[in-house]
Amino acid sequence: MAERRVPVVSCVVLGLVLLCAVAGPWFAPHEASEIALAESMTPPFWRSGGSLDYPLGTDMLGRDILSRIIAGARVSVTVAVYAIALSGGIGAALGISAGYFGGIVDAVISRLIDIQMSIPAIPLAMLFAAVLPPGEGMVITIIVLTYWTWYARIVRGEVLSLRERDFITVAKVAGVSSPMILIRHLTPNVLNTLLVLATLQFGSVIVFEAGLSFLGLGIQPPQVSWGGMLADGRNFIEVAWWLITMPGLAIMASCLASNLLGDWLRDTFDPKRRIT
Amino acid sequence: MRAYLIRRLWQGAVAVLGALLIVFVAQRLAGDPVALLLPMDASAEDFAAMREALGLDRPLPVQFVVFLRDALTGDFGESYQWQAPAMPLLLERLPATLELALAGLAFALLLAVPLGVMSAVYRGRWVDRLAKVLALLGQAMPGFWVGLLLILFLAVRLQWLPAFGREGPLHLVLPAVALGWYPVAAMTRTLRSSMLDILDSDYIRTGRVMGLPERTVIWRYALRNAAVPLATMIGVYFANMLGGAFVIEVVFAWPGVGRAVVDAVFARDFPVVQAGVVLSAVIFVVVNLLVDLSYGLIDPRIRHG
Repeated sequence: MAERRVPVVSCVVLGLVLLCAVAGPWFAPHEASEIALAESMTPPFWRSGGSLDYPLGTDMLGRDILSRIIAGARVSVTVAVYAIALSGGIGAALGISAGYFGGIVDAVISRLIDIQMSIPAIPLAMLFAAVLPPGEGMVITIIVLTYWTWYARIVRGEVLSLRERDFITVAKVAGVSSPMILIRHLTPNVLNTLLVLATLQFGSVIVFEAGLSFLGLGIQPPQVSWGGMLADGRNFIEVAWWLITMPGLAIMASCLASNLLGDWLRDTFDPKRRIT
Repeated sequence: MRAYLIRRLWQGAVAVLGALLIVFVAQRLAGDPVALLLPMDASAEDFAAMREALGLDRPLPVQFVVFLRDALTGDFGESYQWQAPAMPLLLERLPATLELALAGLAFALLLAVPLGVMSAVYRGRWVDRLAKVLALLGQAMPGFWVGLLLILFLAVRLQWLPAFGREGPLHLVLPAVALGWYPVAAMTRTLRSSMLDILDSDYIRTGRVMGLPERTVIWRYALRNAAVPLATMIGVYFANMLGGAFVIEVVFAWPGVGRAVVDAVFARDFPVVQAGVVLSAVIFVVVNLLVDLSYGLIDPRIRHG
C-alpha cells in the first residue's frame, strides 16, 4: 500500500519547522519585529507590487511575514516540546502506576481522569487564562492539564495487559522490586505508544496554542506567534489576504505533517491497527 | 436499567462536583477579589469589612461549602463588568450558542454521512480518496482559520454571505461551517469503518440475495446499524460545540456564551468565567448522559440490564 512508504514530505516539513525554531534568526531575511512603514502592506512577490525582499509580503507595520512565520515557529516548537514532555511524562507515570499497582492507586487516578475528561478543555483553558499571567508558561500549563489524561488513559490500558504477561510474572517471582519492574520492564514496552502519542500531540498543541494566542490569551506581543499573527491580520482581512492565509498555512502544514507521521509510526509499531 | 441510570447519574454528579472544586481552587489562586472590587485608595478597614461581607475571612472548607450551596442555586456572584448576576447573563446567551451548535452539527452530518457511506461502498475509489484527503485537512486546519478563510472568500471577496453578527438565518451559515468543520473528519472515518464491517455481514448478504434494491440495502438497513458508533461521537462533539465554541464565536462576533466568557477573561470578571466553566461542564455531562441513554432507542440490542 502507498501509505507504507516513509512519509518523506512530512519529515521534511517537520524538519523545516524545527530548523526555523532552532536556527531561524540566522537565515530569516529580516528581523521579525523590524518595522518599515514605507513597505507597509506589500503583497507576496508573485503579485504586482510585491518584491523578493519580502517574499510573503508585509503587514500593516511593514514587518516581513516570512521572517515572522520563521520566528513564530520558535514559539510553537518551544511550547510543544515542553508541553509534550510534561504531559507525556506526568500522564505516562500516572498511567503506568495505575495499571501496575491497581487497587486504590488505580481507583484514585482513574477517577481523576474521569473528572478531567468530563470537563471540556476550552472552558478549562479560559479558567486558567483568567487566573495565570499570560505567556508561554500559561499556555504550557493549560496544555499539560488538558492532555495528561490522554497519555494516562492509553498507557494504563497497555500496562493492564502487559502486567499479565509472563515476563512480568517471572520478574516478580525472581524477586525484582516494583520500581525496578516499572522502570526496566514496563516503561520500555510503552515507549512506542508514547512516541506515537507525542507525534500526534505535536499537531494538536500547535493548533491549541494558535487558538489561545489568536484570542489574545496565549503568547503576548512582542513575542511572535502564528495565532497572534492571525489575530493581527484579521483586522485587515479586506485589504491584505496574505496576512491571514500565510500563518494559517504554516499551522496547517506542521499539523498535517505531524498527524501523517504519527499515523505512520502507529501503523509501523502496531500492524494490527493498519487501516485497510 | 435503573442500576445503570443511577450509576451514570452518580458519575455525572461527581464530574460536576469536580468541576466546581477546580473552579473554587482557581478562584482562590486568582488572588484577592477585594483588591479588584475596591478603589485603589481604600483603607485597611474597608478591606476587612469587604472581606467579611464576602465571607472571605472564614476557613477554606467553610467557604467551599458556601460556594457549593450558592452554586447549586446557580448563584456565582455578580459580574464585575455588568453589575448583574453572572449565571443569568450567560443563560441569556445560551439560545444563540445552541442555535450555532445545532447548525454546526447539521453541517457536519450533512457532509459526513454521505461521505462516510459512499467511501465505504466505493472503497478505494475516488470518493474514498476524497474523503481521506478531507479528513486529513479537517484535522489539520483549525476551525477558526477555516472561519477566517470563509470570511475572506465568501464574505469579503464574493460578498455572498454576511460575516458578523446574528441577524438572520444567512448569518448562521459561515459560523456553522467553521464550527462543524472539525468533527467531519472523525465522523466520516468512523462511519466508513462501521459501514465496511456491516456491508460484510450476513443479513446484508441476505437482503441482497432477496433482491432488495442496493439503495434500500445500503441506506435503510446498513446505515441504521452503522450509525450506532456515530451516535456516541455526535454526543461528544455536540457537547464540545455547545461548551467550546469560544474562538468561532469571537471570529464571527456571534453573541453567544463563549464570546461572553472570553470577554470576561479579558476583564478579569471572575464570576462570569466561573459560571461559564460550570455551565459548560453541566452541559457536557447532561448531553453525554442523554446520548448514552438514547442508545436503546437507536439499537434495541443495547438495553442496559
